[in-house]
Amino acid sequence: MVSLLKGLWLVFKHAFKKPVTEQYPEEKPKLAPRYRGRIVLTRDPDGAERCVACYLCSAVCPVDCIAIQATEDETGRRYPETFRINFSRCIYCGLCEEACPTEAIQLTPDFEMAEYKRENMVYEKEHLLISGPGKYPGYNFYRVAGVSIGGKDTGEGIEEEKPVDIRSLMS
Amino acid sequence: MMTFIIPICMLLGPVTIASLLVWGERRLLALFQERYGPNRLGILGIGQLPADMLKMFFKQDWIPPFADKFVFVLAPAIVMATALFSFMVVPIAPGFVVWDSDVGLLLFLALSALGAYAVVLAGWSSNNKYSLLGGLRASGQMLAYEVFMGLSVMGVAARAGSFNLTRIVESQSSCWNIVPQLIGFVIFYIAALAETHRTPFDLAEAESELVAGFHSEYSGLKFGMFFVGEYIGVTLMSAMMAVLFFGGWQGPFWSGPWWFILKTILLIMSFVLVRATFPRARYDQLILLGWKYLFPLALLNLLITGVVILW
Repeated sequence: MVSLLKGLWLVFKHAFKKPVTEQYPEEKPKLAPRYRGRIVLTRDPDGAERCVACYLCSAVCPVDCIAIQATEDETGRRYPETFRINFSRCIYCGLCEEACPTEAIQLTPDFEMAEYKRENMVYEKEHLLISGPGKYPGYNFYRVAGVSIGGKDTGEGIEEEKPVDIRSLMS
Repeated sequence: MMTFIIPICMLLGPVTIASLLVWGERRLLALFQERYGPNRLGILGIGQLPADMLKMFFKQDWIPPFADKFVFVLAPAIVMATALFSFMVVPIAPGFVVWDSDVGLLLFLALSALGAYAVVLAGWSSNNKYSLLGGLRASGQMLAYEVFMGLSVMGVAARAGSFNLTRIVESQSSCWNIVPQLIGFVIFYIAALAETHRTPFDLAEAESELVAGFHSEYSGLKFGMFFVGEYIGVTLMSAMMAVLFFGGWQGPFWSGPWWFILKTILLIMSFVLVRATFPRARYDQLILLGWKYLFPLALLNLLITGVVILW
Protein backbone atom coordinates (compact mmCIF):
# COMPACT_ATOMS: atom_id res chain seq x y z
CA MET A 1 0.00 0.00 0.00
CA VAL A 2 2.77 2.42 0.95
CA SER A 3 4.75 1.47 -2.12
CA LEU A 4 1.70 2.15 -4.29
CA LEU A 5 1.38 5.64 -2.82
CA LYS A 6 5.10 6.17 -3.29
CA GLY A 7 4.70 5.24 -6.95
CA LEU A 8 1.83 7.69 -7.34
CA TRP A 9 3.88 10.45 -5.73
CA LEU A 10 6.85 9.71 -7.98
CA VAL A 11 4.73 9.93 -11.11
CA PHE A 12 3.07 13.08 -9.79
CA LYS A 13 6.46 14.73 -9.30
CA HIS A 14 7.27 14.05 -12.94
CA ALA A 15 4.43 16.39 -13.92
CA PHE A 16 6.65 19.33 -12.95
CA LYS A 17 9.64 18.30 -15.03
CA LYS A 18 10.33 19.73 -18.42
CA PRO A 19 9.12 17.45 -21.22
CA VAL A 20 11.91 15.72 -23.08
CA THR A 21 10.07 15.91 -26.40
CA GLU A 22 11.82 17.82 -29.18
CA GLN A 23 9.29 19.94 -31.06
CA TYR A 24 10.71 18.88 -34.39
CA PRO A 25 9.69 21.25 -37.15
CA GLU A 26 10.31 24.31 -34.95
CA GLU A 27 13.21 22.86 -33.04
CA LYS A 28 15.72 21.18 -35.34
CA PRO A 29 17.70 18.27 -33.97
CA LYS A 30 21.45 18.66 -33.56
CA LEU A 31 23.00 16.17 -35.93
CA ALA A 32 26.56 14.90 -35.71
CA PRO A 33 28.90 15.77 -38.63
CA ARG A 34 29.11 12.09 -39.46
CA TYR A 35 25.32 11.66 -39.51
CA ARG A 36 24.39 9.53 -42.48
CA GLY A 37 21.76 11.44 -44.39
CA ARG A 38 21.29 12.69 -47.94
CA ILE A 39 24.04 11.55 -50.32
CA VAL A 40 25.96 14.15 -52.33
CA LEU A 41 28.65 14.08 -55.01
CA THR A 42 31.50 16.47 -54.20
CA ARG A 43 34.02 18.33 -56.33
CA ASP A 44 37.77 18.87 -56.23
CA PRO A 45 39.12 22.09 -54.70
CA ASP A 46 39.61 23.33 -58.28
CA GLY A 47 35.99 22.63 -59.17
CA ALA A 48 36.20 19.45 -61.25
CA GLU A 49 34.12 16.41 -60.47
CA ARG A 50 35.77 13.95 -58.11
CA CYS A 51 33.83 10.92 -59.29
CA VAL A 52 35.79 8.69 -61.66
CA ALA A 53 32.85 6.36 -62.36
CA CYS A 54 34.62 3.28 -61.00
CA TYR A 55 31.27 1.62 -60.08
CA LEU A 56 32.58 0.62 -56.64
CA CYS A 57 29.73 2.37 -54.84
CA SER A 58 27.06 0.80 -57.00
CA ALA A 59 28.75 -2.57 -56.56
CA VAL A 60 28.91 -2.34 -52.79
CA CYS A 61 25.42 -0.91 -52.38
CA PRO A 62 23.42 -3.61 -50.57
CA VAL A 63 20.10 -2.44 -52.01
CA ASP A 64 21.36 -1.60 -55.51
CA CYS A 65 20.05 1.93 -55.42
CA ILE A 66 22.97 3.54 -57.33
CA ALA A 67 23.01 3.47 -61.14
CA ILE A 68 26.04 4.89 -63.05
CA GLN A 69 27.02 5.18 -66.69
CA ALA A 70 30.72 5.93 -67.15
CA THR A 71 32.28 7.92 -69.94
CA GLU A 72 35.55 9.73 -70.70
CA ASP A 73 36.33 13.25 -71.71
CA GLU A 74 38.84 14.14 -74.45
CA THR A 75 41.81 14.08 -72.06
CA GLY A 76 41.04 10.53 -70.97
CA ARG A 77 39.59 11.51 -67.63
CA ARG A 78 36.73 9.23 -66.56
CA TYR A 79 33.52 10.72 -65.22
CA PRO A 80 29.92 9.52 -64.83
CA GLU A 81 27.61 10.36 -67.70
CA THR A 82 24.66 9.59 -65.47
CA PHE A 83 24.72 9.14 -61.72
CA ARG A 84 21.36 8.17 -60.30
CA ILE A 85 20.48 7.36 -56.66
CA ASN A 86 17.04 6.03 -55.82
CA PHE A 87 16.50 7.39 -52.32
CA SER A 88 13.30 5.46 -51.86
CA ARG A 89 15.53 2.38 -51.76
CA CYS A 90 18.62 3.80 -50.06
CA ILE A 91 19.13 2.58 -46.50
CA TYR A 92 21.79 5.20 -45.66
CA CYS A 93 24.30 2.54 -44.63
CA GLY A 94 27.28 4.62 -45.82
CA LEU A 95 29.02 1.72 -47.56
CA CYS A 96 29.24 3.74 -50.79
CA GLU A 97 31.14 6.46 -48.95
CA GLU A 98 33.54 3.85 -47.53
CA ALA A 99 34.05 2.22 -50.91
CA CYS A 100 34.71 5.44 -52.81
CA PRO A 101 38.44 5.75 -53.68
CA THR A 102 38.23 9.45 -54.54
CA GLU A 103 36.01 10.68 -51.62
CA ALA A 104 33.50 11.81 -54.21
CA ILE A 105 30.36 10.32 -52.72
CA GLN A 106 29.58 11.53 -49.21
CA LEU A 107 26.68 11.32 -46.78
CA THR A 108 25.52 14.57 -45.18
CA PRO A 109 23.57 15.43 -42.02
CA ASP A 110 20.32 16.19 -43.85
CA PHE A 111 17.31 13.93 -43.59
CA GLU A 112 14.47 16.22 -44.69
CA MET A 113 13.86 14.61 -48.05
CA ALA A 114 10.11 13.98 -47.91
CA GLU A 115 8.37 14.14 -51.28
CA TYR A 116 4.78 13.96 -52.43
CA LYS A 117 5.64 11.86 -55.47
CA ARG A 118 7.64 8.69 -55.41
CA GLU A 119 9.40 9.56 -58.66
CA ASN A 120 10.89 12.63 -57.02
CA MET A 121 12.86 10.37 -54.70
CA VAL A 122 15.10 9.43 -57.62
CA TYR A 123 17.97 11.94 -57.68
CA GLU A 124 19.87 12.49 -60.90
CA LYS A 125 23.46 13.68 -61.14
CA GLU A 126 22.53 17.36 -61.26
CA HIS A 127 20.62 16.93 -57.99
CA LEU A 128 23.47 15.11 -56.30
CA LEU A 129 26.41 17.23 -57.39
CA ILE A 130 27.35 20.02 -55.02
CA SER A 131 29.79 22.84 -55.72
CA GLY A 132 32.22 22.23 -52.82
CA PRO A 133 34.61 19.54 -51.63
CA GLY A 134 32.46 18.32 -48.72
CA LYS A 135 34.23 16.76 -45.74
CA TYR A 136 37.71 16.72 -47.36
CA PRO A 137 38.50 20.33 -48.31
CA GLY A 138 42.05 19.94 -49.63
CA TYR A 139 41.82 16.56 -51.26
CA ASN A 140 42.27 16.26 -54.99
CA PHE A 141 42.46 12.71 -56.25
CA TYR A 142 44.28 13.39 -59.54
CA ARG A 143 46.95 15.48 -57.78
CA VAL A 144 48.03 12.45 -55.70
CA ALA A 145 47.06 9.60 -58.00
CA GLY A 146 50.14 9.19 -60.17
CA VAL A 147 48.30 8.69 -63.43
CA SER A 148 48.74 10.97 -66.35
CA ILE A 149 45.70 12.93 -67.20
CA GLY A 150 44.86 16.10 -69.10
CA GLY A 151 46.76 19.01 -67.54
CA LYS A 152 48.92 16.77 -65.36
CA ASP A 153 51.55 14.39 -66.60
CA THR A 154 53.09 11.51 -64.65
CA GLY A 155 55.42 12.85 -61.99
CA GLU A 156 53.78 16.25 -61.68
CA GLY A 157 51.60 15.34 -58.72
CA ILE A 158 52.11 16.24 -55.07
CA GLU A 159 55.03 14.38 -53.45
CA GLU A 160 55.53 12.57 -56.71
CA GLU A 161 58.96 12.25 -58.29
CA LYS A 162 59.67 12.34 -61.99
CA PRO A 163 59.74 8.86 -63.52
CA VAL A 164 63.23 7.49 -63.65
CA ASP A 165 64.67 6.90 -67.14
CA ILE A 166 65.88 3.34 -66.60
CA ARG A 167 68.12 3.36 -69.67
CA SER A 168 70.08 6.38 -68.39
CA LEU A 169 71.56 4.21 -65.63
CA MET A 170 73.40 2.03 -68.15
CA SER A 171 75.53 4.81 -69.65
CA MET B 1 -38.04 27.20 -15.91
CA MET B 2 -35.48 25.60 -13.63
CA THR B 3 -37.10 22.22 -14.25
CA PHE B 4 -35.78 22.49 -17.83
CA ILE B 5 -32.44 24.11 -17.15
CA ILE B 6 -31.23 21.67 -14.53
CA PRO B 7 -31.71 18.48 -16.59
CA ILE B 8 -30.14 20.11 -19.64
CA CYS B 9 -27.15 21.21 -17.57
CA MET B 10 -26.84 17.75 -16.08
CA LEU B 11 -26.92 16.19 -19.55
CA LEU B 12 -24.62 18.58 -21.37
CA GLY B 13 -22.19 19.18 -18.51
CA PRO B 14 -20.97 15.58 -18.13
CA VAL B 15 -20.89 15.02 -21.90
CA THR B 16 -18.82 18.17 -22.36
CA ILE B 17 -16.41 17.26 -19.59
CA ALA B 18 -16.16 13.70 -20.87
CA SER B 19 -15.44 14.76 -24.44
CA LEU B 20 -12.87 17.28 -23.19
CA LEU B 21 -11.29 14.35 -21.38
CA VAL B 22 -10.59 12.65 -24.72
CA TRP B 23 -8.02 15.40 -25.22
CA GLY B 24 -7.39 16.20 -21.54
CA GLU B 25 -6.40 12.71 -20.57
CA ARG B 26 -3.83 12.51 -23.34
CA ARG B 27 -2.38 15.87 -22.30
CA LEU B 28 -2.30 14.93 -18.62
CA LEU B 29 -0.86 11.51 -19.29
CA ALA B 30 1.84 13.16 -21.38
CA LEU B 31 2.50 15.64 -18.58
CA PHE B 32 3.13 12.79 -16.15
CA GLN B 33 5.37 11.06 -18.67
CA GLU B 34 7.40 14.16 -19.53
CA ARG B 35 5.91 14.51 -22.99
CA TYR B 36 3.67 17.18 -24.55
CA GLY B 37 0.77 15.16 -25.89
CA PRO B 38 -1.44 16.60 -28.63
CA ASN B 39 -0.39 20.27 -28.72
CA ARG B 40 -0.51 21.10 -32.41
CA LEU B 41 -4.10 21.93 -33.24
CA GLY B 42 -5.46 25.12 -31.74
CA ILE B 43 -4.64 26.55 -28.33
CA LEU B 44 -2.90 23.85 -26.26
CA GLY B 45 -4.01 21.31 -28.85
CA ILE B 46 -7.69 21.61 -27.96
CA GLY B 47 -8.49 21.35 -31.67
CA GLN B 48 -7.60 17.69 -31.39
CA LEU B 49 -11.06 17.18 -29.87
CA PRO B 50 -13.18 18.29 -32.86
CA ALA B 51 -10.68 16.59 -35.18
CA ASP B 52 -11.12 13.29 -33.32
CA MET B 53 -14.87 13.72 -33.30
CA LEU B 54 -14.98 14.41 -37.04
CA LYS B 55 -12.80 11.38 -37.67
CA MET B 56 -15.12 9.24 -35.59
CA PHE B 57 -18.20 10.53 -37.44
CA PHE B 58 -16.80 9.77 -40.86
CA LYS B 59 -15.53 6.30 -40.13
CA GLN B 60 -17.42 3.32 -41.41
CA ASP B 61 -19.90 2.13 -38.81
CA TRP B 62 -19.44 -1.56 -39.45
CA ILE B 63 -21.61 -4.25 -37.92
CA PRO B 64 -20.02 -7.67 -38.43
CA PRO B 65 -22.31 -10.11 -40.29
CA PHE B 66 -21.77 -12.73 -37.59
CA ALA B 67 -22.84 -10.41 -34.75
CA ASP B 68 -26.15 -10.35 -32.96
CA LYS B 69 -27.25 -7.11 -34.53
CA PHE B 70 -29.83 -5.87 -32.04
CA VAL B 71 -27.74 -6.45 -28.92
CA PHE B 72 -24.65 -5.20 -30.73
CA VAL B 73 -26.33 -1.83 -31.31
CA LEU B 74 -27.93 -1.82 -27.87
CA ALA B 75 -24.71 -2.25 -25.86
CA PRO B 76 -23.05 1.15 -26.52
CA ALA B 77 -26.40 2.84 -25.86
CA ILE B 78 -26.52 1.21 -22.42
CA VAL B 79 -23.08 2.55 -21.51
CA MET B 80 -24.10 6.13 -22.28
CA ALA B 81 -27.61 5.82 -20.87
CA THR B 82 -26.71 4.35 -17.48
CA ALA B 83 -23.85 6.77 -16.94
CA LEU B 84 -25.93 9.80 -17.91
CA PHE B 85 -28.95 8.60 -15.92
CA SER B 86 -26.85 8.43 -12.78
CA PHE B 87 -26.16 12.16 -13.00
CA MET B 88 -29.85 12.62 -12.27
CA VAL B 89 -29.24 12.25 -8.52
CA VAL B 90 -25.94 14.13 -8.26
CA PRO B 91 -26.45 17.39 -6.35
CA ILE B 92 -24.23 20.18 -7.65
CA ALA B 93 -25.50 22.96 -5.39
CA PRO B 94 -28.30 23.21 -2.82
CA GLY B 95 -31.46 22.57 -4.82
CA PHE B 96 -29.57 22.15 -8.11
CA VAL B 97 -30.34 18.49 -8.69
CA VAL B 98 -32.63 16.84 -11.21
CA TRP B 99 -34.29 14.46 -8.80
CA ASP B 100 -33.74 15.00 -5.09
CA SER B 101 -34.46 11.36 -4.41
CA ASP B 102 -34.46 9.66 -1.02
CA VAL B 103 -32.88 6.60 -2.62
CA GLY B 104 -30.33 8.57 -4.68
CA LEU B 105 -27.33 6.59 -3.53
CA LEU B 106 -29.07 3.27 -4.15
CA LEU B 107 -30.17 4.43 -7.59
CA PHE B 108 -26.59 5.34 -8.43
CA LEU B 109 -25.34 1.93 -7.29
CA ALA B 110 -28.06 0.15 -9.27
CA LEU B 111 -27.35 2.10 -12.46
CA SER B 112 -23.61 1.56 -12.20
CA ALA B 113 -24.25 -2.17 -11.84
CA LEU B 114 -26.44 -2.02 -14.94
CA GLY B 115 -23.57 -0.36 -16.79
CA ALA B 116 -21.59 -3.57 -16.52
CA TYR B 117 -24.27 -5.23 -18.66
CA ALA B 118 -23.22 -3.10 -21.59
CA VAL B 119 -19.74 -4.59 -21.53
CA VAL B 120 -21.02 -8.13 -21.12
CA LEU B 121 -23.59 -7.73 -23.89
CA ALA B 122 -21.06 -6.09 -26.20
CA GLY B 123 -18.63 -8.96 -25.65
CA TRP B 124 -21.34 -11.54 -26.15
CA SER B 125 -23.02 -10.08 -29.21
CA SER B 126 -19.75 -9.46 -31.06
CA ASN B 127 -19.48 -13.23 -31.53
CA ASN B 128 -15.72 -13.02 -31.33
CA LYS B 129 -13.63 -15.01 -28.90
CA TYR B 130 -11.58 -12.06 -27.65
CA SER B 131 -14.69 -9.95 -27.17
CA LEU B 132 -16.36 -12.79 -25.34
CA LEU B 133 -13.35 -13.19 -23.04
CA GLY B 134 -13.51 -9.47 -22.35
CA GLY B 135 -17.20 -9.70 -21.58
CA LEU B 136 -16.66 -12.70 -19.30
CA ARG B 137 -13.96 -10.85 -17.44
CA ALA B 138 -16.22 -7.84 -17.06
CA SER B 139 -18.95 -9.99 -15.52
CA GLY B 140 -16.55 -11.69 -13.10
CA GLN B 141 -14.98 -8.35 -12.26
CA MET B 142 -18.41 -6.83 -11.70
CA LEU B 143 -19.34 -9.50 -9.18
CA ALA B 144 -16.09 -8.83 -7.34
CA TYR B 145 -16.21 -5.06 -7.06
CA GLU B 146 -19.92 -4.27 -6.98
CA VAL B 147 -20.31 -5.87 -3.53
CA PHE B 148 -17.63 -3.92 -1.72
CA MET B 149 -18.47 -0.80 -3.68
CA GLY B 150 -21.95 -0.81 -2.19
CA LEU B 151 -20.65 -1.67 1.28
CA SER B 152 -17.94 1.00 1.23
CA VAL B 153 -20.48 3.83 0.92
CA MET B 154 -22.82 2.39 3.55
CA GLY B 155 -20.68 4.01 6.24
CA VAL B 156 -21.30 7.37 4.58
CA ALA B 157 -25.03 6.67 4.40
CA ALA B 158 -25.05 5.59 8.05
CA ARG B 159 -23.33 8.79 9.15
CA ALA B 160 -25.80 10.93 7.22
CA GLY B 161 -28.72 8.75 8.23
CA SER B 162 -30.05 8.94 4.68
CA PHE B 163 -29.55 7.73 1.12
CA ASN B 164 -30.44 11.20 -0.09
CA LEU B 165 -27.30 12.67 -1.63
CA THR B 166 -28.22 16.25 -0.72
CA ARG B 167 -28.63 15.12 2.89
CA ILE B 168 -25.27 13.34 2.70
CA VAL B 169 -23.56 16.53 1.54
CA GLU B 170 -25.25 18.54 4.28
CA SER B 171 -24.11 16.02 6.89
CA GLN B 172 -20.49 16.90 6.03
CA SER B 173 -20.79 20.56 6.92
CA SER B 174 -18.46 20.26 9.92
CA CYS B 175 -16.05 17.59 8.66
CA TRP B 176 -15.72 15.97 5.25
CA ASN B 177 -16.35 12.25 5.15
CA ILE B 178 -12.85 11.62 3.87
CA VAL B 179 -11.54 11.92 7.45
CA PRO B 180 -13.79 9.51 9.38
CA GLN B 181 -14.43 7.31 6.32
CA LEU B 182 -10.91 7.13 4.90
CA ILE B 183 -11.04 3.34 4.52
CA GLY B 184 -14.42 3.63 2.86
CA PHE B 185 -13.00 6.19 0.45
CA VAL B 186 -10.02 4.04 -0.50
CA ILE B 187 -12.26 1.04 -1.09
CA PHE B 188 -14.72 3.13 -3.09
CA TYR B 189 -11.88 4.57 -5.16
CA ILE B 190 -10.60 1.11 -6.05
CA ALA B 191 -14.13 0.03 -6.88
CA ALA B 192 -14.55 3.15 -9.03
CA LEU B 193 -11.41 2.25 -10.97
CA ALA B 194 -12.83 -1.23 -11.59
CA GLU B 195 -16.28 0.12 -12.37
CA THR B 196 -15.02 2.47 -15.07
CA HIS B 197 -12.74 -0.22 -16.54
CA ARG B 198 -9.62 1.87 -16.24
CA THR B 199 -6.06 0.83 -15.67
CA PRO B 200 -5.06 -0.99 -13.44
CA PHE B 201 -8.40 -2.81 -13.73
CA ASP B 202 -9.15 -2.50 -17.45
CA LEU B 203 -9.20 -6.27 -17.75
CA ALA B 204 -12.23 -6.27 -20.02
CA GLU B 205 -10.29 -4.53 -22.76
CA ALA B 206 -6.68 -5.49 -21.89
CA GLU B 207 -5.30 -4.70 -25.34
CA SER B 208 -2.10 -6.67 -24.84
CA GLU B 209 -4.10 -9.86 -24.29
CA LEU B 210 -7.52 -9.42 -25.89
CA VAL B 211 -6.96 -7.11 -28.90
CA ALA B 212 -9.42 -4.51 -27.57
CA GLY B 213 -11.52 -6.82 -25.42
CA PHE B 214 -15.24 -6.27 -25.51
CA HIS B 215 -15.11 -3.51 -28.15
CA SER B 216 -12.81 -5.27 -30.63
CA GLU B 217 -15.58 -5.42 -33.23
CA TYR B 218 -16.85 -1.89 -32.69
CA SER B 219 -16.01 0.95 -35.02
CA GLY B 220 -17.08 4.46 -35.85
CA LEU B 221 -19.57 6.17 -33.62
CA LYS B 222 -20.42 3.02 -31.64
CA PHE B 223 -16.81 2.75 -30.56
CA GLY B 224 -16.94 6.48 -29.84
CA MET B 225 -19.85 5.88 -27.49
CA PHE B 226 -17.85 3.29 -25.56
CA PHE B 227 -14.93 5.67 -25.54
CA VAL B 228 -16.87 8.69 -24.30
CA GLY B 229 -19.00 6.46 -22.08
CA GLU B 230 -15.86 5.47 -20.20
CA TYR B 231 -15.02 9.13 -19.64
CA ILE B 232 -18.58 9.89 -18.55
CA GLY B 233 -18.17 7.02 -16.09
CA VAL B 234 -14.96 8.61 -14.81
CA THR B 235 -16.71 11.96 -14.47
CA LEU B 236 -19.62 10.32 -12.69
CA MET B 237 -17.38 8.45 -10.26
CA SER B 238 -15.40 11.61 -9.54
CA ALA B 239 -18.61 13.56 -8.98
CA MET B 240 -19.92 10.86 -6.66
CA MET B 241 -16.67 10.82 -4.68
CA ALA B 242 -16.83 14.60 -4.39
CA VAL B 243 -20.39 14.29 -3.07
CA LEU B 244 -19.88 11.32 -0.79
CA PHE B 245 -16.44 11.98 0.68
CA PHE B 246 -15.37 15.56 -0.08
CA GLY B 247 -18.40 17.54 1.01
CA GLY B 248 -19.88 18.28 -2.42
CA TRP B 249 -20.42 22.01 -2.88
CA GLN B 250 -19.11 22.85 0.58
CA GLY B 251 -15.72 24.47 0.76
CA PRO B 252 -13.72 26.21 3.49
CA PHE B 253 -15.05 29.52 2.11
CA TRP B 254 -17.48 30.71 -0.61
CA SER B 255 -19.37 27.43 -0.72
CA GLY B 256 -20.96 26.86 -4.07
CA PRO B 257 -21.06 24.69 -7.18
CA TRP B 258 -17.55 25.81 -8.16
CA TRP B 259 -16.18 23.83 -5.23
CA PHE B 260 -18.02 20.77 -6.48
CA ILE B 261 -16.66 21.24 -10.00
CA LEU B 262 -13.13 21.84 -8.71
CA LYS B 263 -13.22 18.69 -6.59
CA THR B 264 -14.62 16.67 -9.48
CA ILE B 265 -11.91 17.85 -11.85
CA LEU B 266 -9.15 17.15 -9.33
CA LEU B 267 -10.53 13.65 -8.80
CA ILE B 268 -10.68 13.07 -12.56
CA MET B 269 -7.01 14.10 -12.70
CA SER B 270 -6.26 11.59 -9.96
CA PHE B 271 -7.80 8.90 -12.19
CA VAL B 272 -5.35 9.86 -14.93
CA LEU B 273 -2.49 9.84 -12.42
CA VAL B 274 -3.43 6.31 -11.38
CA ARG B 275 -3.50 5.27 -15.02
CA ALA B 276 -0.07 6.81 -15.58
CA THR B 277 1.38 4.95 -12.61
CA PHE B 278 0.08 1.42 -12.32
CA PRO B 279 0.34 -1.51 -14.70
CA ARG B 280 -2.66 -3.70 -15.36
CA ALA B 281 -3.52 -6.11 -12.56
CA ARG B 282 -4.00 -9.74 -13.48
CA TYR B 283 -7.57 -10.99 -13.72
CA ASP B 284 -7.41 -13.29 -10.69
CA GLN B 285 -5.56 -10.66 -8.68
CA LEU B 286 -8.50 -8.26 -8.87
CA ILE B 287 -10.99 -10.95 -7.86
CA LEU B 288 -8.70 -12.07 -5.03
CA LEU B 289 -8.22 -8.50 -3.86
CA GLY B 290 -11.94 -7.90 -4.01
CA TRP B 291 -13.23 -10.94 -2.18
CA LYS B 292 -10.40 -11.63 0.25
CA TYR B 293 -9.31 -8.15 1.35
CA LEU B 294 -11.59 -5.31 0.31
CA PHE B 295 -14.89 -7.08 0.99
CA PRO B 296 -14.03 -7.94 4.64
CA LEU B 297 -12.42 -4.53 5.05
CA ALA B 298 -15.59 -2.80 3.84
CA LEU B 299 -17.68 -4.87 6.24
CA LEU B 300 -15.29 -4.02 9.07
CA ASN B 301 -15.47 -0.35 8.15
CA LEU B 302 -19.28 -0.47 8.23
CA LEU B 303 -19.20 -2.30 11.56
CA ILE B 304 -16.87 0.22 13.20
CA THR B 305 -18.85 3.14 11.78
CA GLY B 306 -22.02 1.62 13.20
CA VAL B 307 -20.42 1.10 16.59
CA VAL B 308 -19.15 4.70 16.68
CA ILE B 309 -22.54 6.12 15.69
CA LEU B 310 -24.49 4.04 18.19
CA TRP B 311 -22.01 4.45 21.05
